[in-house]
Amino acid sequence: MSKSQKQKEPVQYGTLPKALTGITGLDEITGGGLPYGRPSLICGEAGSGKTLMSIEFIVRGAVQYNEAGVFVAFEEKSDELAMNVASLGFDLKKLQAEKKIRIDHVHIDRSEIEETGEYDLEGLFIRLGYAIDSIGAKRVVLDTLENLFSGLNNQAVLRTELRRLFSWLKQKGVTAIITGERGEGSLTRQGLEEYVSDCVILLDNRVVNQITTRRLRVIKYRGSVHGTNEYPFLIDEDGISVLPVTSLKMANKVSTERISTGVPALDDMLGGKGLYRGGSVLVSGTAGTGKTSLAASFANEVCNRKEKCVYFAMEESPNQIIRNIRSIGIDLQKHVDSGLLYFNASRPNLYGLEMHLVAMHKCIKKYRPSVVVIDPITNFINIGSVSEVKNMLVRMIDFLQEEQISVMFTALSLNTIINEQTDEGVSSLVDAWILVRDIEFNGERNRGLYVMKSRGMKHSNQVREFIITGKGLQLVDVYLGPEGILTGSAREQQMLLEQTGEAIRSNAVTRKDREIVRKRKVLEAKIASLHTEFESVEEELNKVYLEEELKKEILRKNREEVIRIRKGETEENVQKPKTSRKK
Amino acid sequence: MVRIDKKWELRLYVAGKTPKSVTALSNLKKYCEEHLKGQYRIEIIDLLEKPQLAEGDQILAIPTLVRKVPEPIRKIIGDLSNEEKVLVGLNIRPA
Repeated sequence: MSKSQKQKEPVQYGTLPKALTGITGLDEITGGGLPYGRPSLICGEAGSGKTLMSIEFIVRGAVQYNEAGVFVAFEEKSDELAMNVASLGFDLKKLQAEKKIRIDHVHIDRSEIEETGEYDLEGLFIRLGYAIDSIGAKRVVLDTLENLFSGLNNQAVLRTELRRLFSWLKQKGVTAIITGERGEGSLTRQGLEEYVSDCVILLDNRVVNQITTRRLRVIKYRGSVHGTNEYPFLIDEDGISVLPVTSLKMANKVSTERISTGVPALDDMLGGKGLYRGGSVLVSGTAGTGKTSLAASFANEVCNRKEKCVYFAMEESPNQIIRNIRSIGIDLQKHVDSGLLYFNASRPNLYGLEMHLVAMHKCIKKYRPSVVVIDPITNFINIGSVSEVKNMLVRMIDFLQEEQISVMFTALSLNTIINEQTDEGVSSLVDAWILVRDIEFNGERNRGLYVMKSRGMKHSNQVREFIITGKGLQLVDVYLGPEGILTGSAREQQMLLEQTGEAIRSNAVTRKDREIVRKRKVLEAKIASLHTEFESVEEELNKVYLEEELKKEILRKNREEVIRIRKGETEENVQKPKTSRKK
Repeated sequence: MVRIDKKWELRLYVAGKTPKSVTALSNLKKYCEEHLKGQYRIEIIDLLEKPQLAEGDQILAIPTLVRKVPEPIRKIIGDLSNEEKVLVGLNIRPA
């Protein structure tokens, strides 16, 4: 898989040619598929997916790689088989009509067969040979050989013939899959097939804690390196997907681009720009602290930027989330309608951790979102141990980082030991950790939000009060008063109190102002009265003065009269000025 | 003891002239002559020549003797060396 090996390949001589199976992930594990022109064994218990895997090999070979295939069914009839795989979108009838595949139902009924004397299975070989030649098949599946053993008695003949069959298949040059049921203590009932096959794949359906996980392991692969681990796989409407455990190379690209969280105040707390693209953020908090609201507003923001978002809802159904989030003024429905937002709802205990990982992988590969929300991761703890959950999330984060996808996890923290461990377990993995917690004070519960860590950016160390309103999420500074940190109604009260104080103070000021005005008025009134007093005094004084003047005038006139009389002037001379004066 | 009211139609599948096939055929002929004289017909099908016929009768083993008539179809595989088994298997002699 690594680069050095890839470069070496041309130098190697006579490498094993391989036939691609077309099954998602299996070709990666086997390094290019099954050994070409050789028989491989797929073994496993009932219901482990042997038939499906082999029919997918045939169908994908016919459809994708133009290699016709023969499916020899010992168990199911052709029609049954066609019906069973129709749900996976495989149209066997059409492929049969096009001569791309051929289904041969081999029916063995013990009740109508009597054995006497020596025989061999040449008839089967001839049938198979004819089927292969009739459509020029390159791929052959025999499902399941065990039926031969239950239908016929002579085990010695069967074992010999089985060996012959394998070498005959090799000789024919077809890439063959033989399925076998798992025996006790050995891979197959006969303990033979695994030795004569060139590649052995074991399918397993394991139940742990009442949860089933399908796993696949390549036990043997002659002449080739292969992945040796157990790989979980998934059977769904698209067939089988195997998840190769990504090698944790830790050589992912990193982005310096920042994306908003959808809450401007939170972006401010995260260095003013929000989160790094491709980063991971954990929002943890106790029940009802608004984790989902934060997650939804993040998703909403992403969709508003016309980017895709996949929302893995592990607790609530999509409709529930949409309804609930509408109450805080965020309309997710329109994003769902426009195809930007995709909800993937599944209960954590629907299947095992590995299966969740496979399913998420698949979903993300399909929708190629720029942001993924997993809400919440907490319940994973029900289906795996702390270390398993951590392991799964490491791989998830690793995968998302590789794809440059940002991820927001929410986690419920109860005050139990296990969940605190989860918190710790995950919190060391994520790039940013936002904690939402209850602040209980003064007989009420309020939400406080703070950034526990945020790698590679300056972030606020402040506790903010986190308010969920009908218009979205808001962060307000908590009130730091003389009585300590106040939140909620206590904060409102304190603010009211301050407003009252303000009002009273301003009222006092205006009263003083009025007092001054009044004082001035009084003063002015006093000044006015003094003025009038002064005027009357002045008048009094003036009166004396006028009288004095008048007296003087009269005296002067009298004196003039006396003078005139003394001079003896005539009446006429005097009369003239007199009349003029009268006028 | 021998039911003679029915016509017997037998088909023997072989693949080439292998010793087993030859033995089977000679055995079969012997039994039929003994027990079903004049009422039987044996058809020999060589799958090397007509491989497409193998599917119809669900042939796996070689040699296989198929009793087509009377119904129901019965199959006997092997070289038919055990006369008792063959006669029981073909329902010529009740078990």
